[in-house]
Amino acid sequence: MRKIKLISILIFIFFIIITFSMGLKKEKVYDTIDVVGKPISEISLNLFNENNTLNTNELRKNKFTLINFWASWCAPCRKEHKNLLFLKKNGDIKILGVNFKDKKSNANKFINDLGNPFYLIALDEDGKKSVSFGVYGIPETILINQDLVVVKKYIGAIDKKDVKEILKIVGKK
Amino acid sequence: MKKIKVLFLTLIITFSFAKILKADEDLNNKIYKNLRCLVCQGQSIADSNSDFAQTIKSVVKDQTKNGMKEDEIYSFLSEKYGDWILYKPPLKNKSYILWALPYIFFIIGAFIIFFILKKTIKIRKY
Repeated sequence: MRKIKLISILIFIFFIIITFSMGLKKEKVYDTIDVVGKPISEISLNLFNENNTLNTNELRKNKFTLINFWASWCAPCRKEHKNLLFLKKNGDIKILGVNFKDKKSNANKFINDLGNPFYLIALDEDGKKSVSFGVYGIPETILINQDLVVVKKYIGAIDKKDVKEILKIVGKK
Repeated sequence: MKKIKVLFLTLIITFSFAKILKADEDLNNKIYKNLRCLVCQGQSIADSNSDFAQTIKSVVKDQTKNGMKEDEIYSFLSEKYGDWILYKPPLKNKSYILWALPYIFFIIGAFIIFFILKKTIKIRKY
């Protein structure tokens, strides 16, 4: 009886140690794993510099669409811009830019100074529309396929490694 | 008499309107408290003043105004950001054990206490 008690206590202590160590090791940061493989919401976005709207359903026309959330006040957006220009030049991919909580004049200056990698630019003046895409900060980039399903989501500025991965997914390399 | 009637009616309308607004505000606050701020360290949307928290608050406010239910708002946000945004994860196949463990421990604990007490009482009797 005493042996059983001792073994049960040891098992219990072992279980607690394992549970706590697993809990401590677990990374407590937001992960995009839940978003990949799910379709984006069907919403309408006002277009920048145009009196027109874009319904996300219209993106079905493109084999792949890269949706990039950017703003002129965002320093990492400036850093990733050359990579978006490279993707526009080398990939069979349409890039939709969503201008996030920005001033129109500043956004226009940003595009004029650095170049325009986008085939369309949409507006999200108060950031609410971006919630429908699961955006929580910028820059963020979402690669969707023809069925509007999220293939990949990038948080932060896109780097050369990401460019390679995108080109591989869209079948260019 | 007519003036009193009008005054009474105005008061009733004002109070009921205020009550509806208060109920909406209470529901919004409840939802904010159950949502995790993804850009903060250990803060809920209610506690945070970050840009992300402000946007989510605004979206939740719009959705409750449009008549969306609490559960519908949670499922919308969990669809967009994953279950990580919810402080109370929903019951899913993956989380059955997580939900069942406290009850299992409670039952095991009750059995242990029961047997210890039974034994102690037996020893005291002899």
